[in-house]
Amino acid sequence: MTTTTKAAPTGAGRRAAGDPRGGRFDSALGLIMLLLLVVVAQGPIRRALSAPVAQSWMTVFVAVVLQALPFLVLGVLLSALIAVFVPPSFFARALPRRPALAVPVAGVAGAVLPGCECASVPVAGALVRRGVTPAAALAFLLSAPAINPIVLTATAVAFPRQPEMVLARFVASLLVACAMGWLWQRLGRADWLRPPARPSFHGHGRGAAFWASVRHDVMHAGGFLVVGAMAAATLKAVVPASWLRGAADDPVVSVLALAVLAVLLSICSEADAFVAASLSQFPLTARLAFLVVGPMIDLKLFAMQTGTFGRGFALRFAPATFVLAVLVSALVGAVLL
Amino acid sequence: MNRKAQAIVLFLVGVAVLRAGFTDLYLRYVKAGLRPLLLAAGVVLIAAAVATVWYERRPRDAGDADGGHAHREPRVSWLLVLPLFALILVAPPALGSYTAMHTGTALQRPWGFPDLPAGDPLPLNVADYAGRAVYDHGRSLEHRRVEITGFVALDGHGAPYLVRMALNCCAADAQPVKIGLTGRIPPVLQPDTWLQVIGTYTSERTKDPVGGGAIPYLEVSRSRPVPAPRDPYDESWNG
Repeated sequence: MTTTTKAAPTGAGRRAAGDPRGGRFDSALGLIMLLLLVVVAQGPIRRALSAPVAQSWMTVFVAVVLQALPFLVLGVLLSALIAVFVPPSFFARALPRRPALAVPVAGVAGAVLPGCECASVPVAGALVRRGVTPAAALAFLLSAPAINPIVLTATAVAFPRQPEMVLARFVASLLVACAMGWLWQRLGRADWLRPPARPSFHGHGRGAAFWASVRHDVMHAGGFLVVGAMAAATLKAVVPASWLRGAADDPVVSVLALAVLAVLLSICSEADAFVAASLSQFPLTARLAFLVVGPMIDLKLFAMQTGTFGRGFALRFAPATFVLAVLVSALVGAVLL
Repeated sequence: MNRKAQAIVLFLVGVAVLRAGFTDLYLRYVKAGLRPLLLAAGVVLIAAAVATVWYERRPRDAGDADGGHAHREPRVSWLLVLPLFALILVAPPALGSYTAMHTGTALQRPWGFPDLPAGDPLPLNVADYAGRAVYDHGRSLEHRRVEITGFVALDGHGAPYLVRMALNCCAADAQPVKIGLTGRIPPVLQPDTWLQVIGTYTSERTKDPVGGGAIPYLEVSRSRPVPAPRDPYDESWNG
């Protein structure tokens, strides 16, 4: 009950200026009209989309969304469980007091969150709000989507003949996550990190808070998932495979090419191993870079980090993560693969 | 997007996912093993929609209600209606001849060549025949009539291929395996029609213009159109 008192004055003040129900666009009404319009016009829409290239674009688009949705829902459920049922004091007690030690502990703790990167951003935001040192929360943010059991199992299934790929992915991802945590602790400044502002779900009862968190995360992350699926479908349907082939021969260029591809494709980390497996013309080290970079930084993650931690943070954090992830995966690939 | 609109979107996406999971529609897009997860996700989405409506109806103090309404989800949430339209209204077909002819054949060297069972004609899948024909030089296929099912794809010159898309996880990673058709081919072939052909091994082979993979040929003696199989993809790679 008390948590909402802080937000109430600003909300009430804005409300007093103009009645939202009267002046603002009612999105429910707009949505219903949009749905009706599309149903009425479905004949012309279907005809317009009957070209083979449009059909295959849509098939890949629907496939990526359908395939990622169950994992997104799973991650969102878990993040809501943690957000509502784990007391805030728990994290303060569970992590070592010294930030330099808290970073690797939080990095390894990422292994127990079987979510994808879409879910780990809100969880990391919640951790910062609960007083976890930002360096540790960021290590968790980077490691959780890459080293949890679901992702590692998917990697093992996708690379049945290269079990060392699983180990390389685990080691490289954990190294990058811890290095970024320590780097933030050394160089990071508190004013870069805009404190995550999220509606407080307290004061509604636990059930209400749980479902509000689920709804918020599905709508938020689901929208970005659609962006990623559209990018992936466009790449698959439009860009011919021969463009990538040219980059596959040179070891340095291939690592960079697949790292950039991972950023552009924005595939959920539970599925990216299968895409990496299908890029069979590339050397294993390049595919490792794809698997390490993808869960840590891509287009939709950048957008989500901007929304959660602020632009000043994302503009510094994302490039540093990219460079470090490429370097570490090249190094680990050279040793292990 | 306010909460009412969010509840509508969540509910419709949940229903669309459940519908795809309960019919065979989902097999056009993802592997068969994903079905229980899809159904569970659909149920959770519908539950979230119902819970949203339920907690909206309950009276609360004014401060709470304002706090809730002031926070709207970002505009990007509107994009969730796109997969909804695609799945309910259009339901795009499984990947077919267009993708097959724009992607190189993904034939990989098989682990080994176990003895083929008896039977005449012997049913084989596209990848099994192509693997034995290319990497075993057809040794295990000599003097055997084989029966293969796939869809038709035509290259730029109108030459017919029998194709099956192999799939690991979802249609985004589907790759074609192709067999060239020669011998008694039906005079008129429409791309994307499913065909069951009976024929024998021939040593003729060609290079895929896309990617340069090897494509073996099959000497067709008989062929007939068949309905598309329940699962249009070859999931044997999943083990």
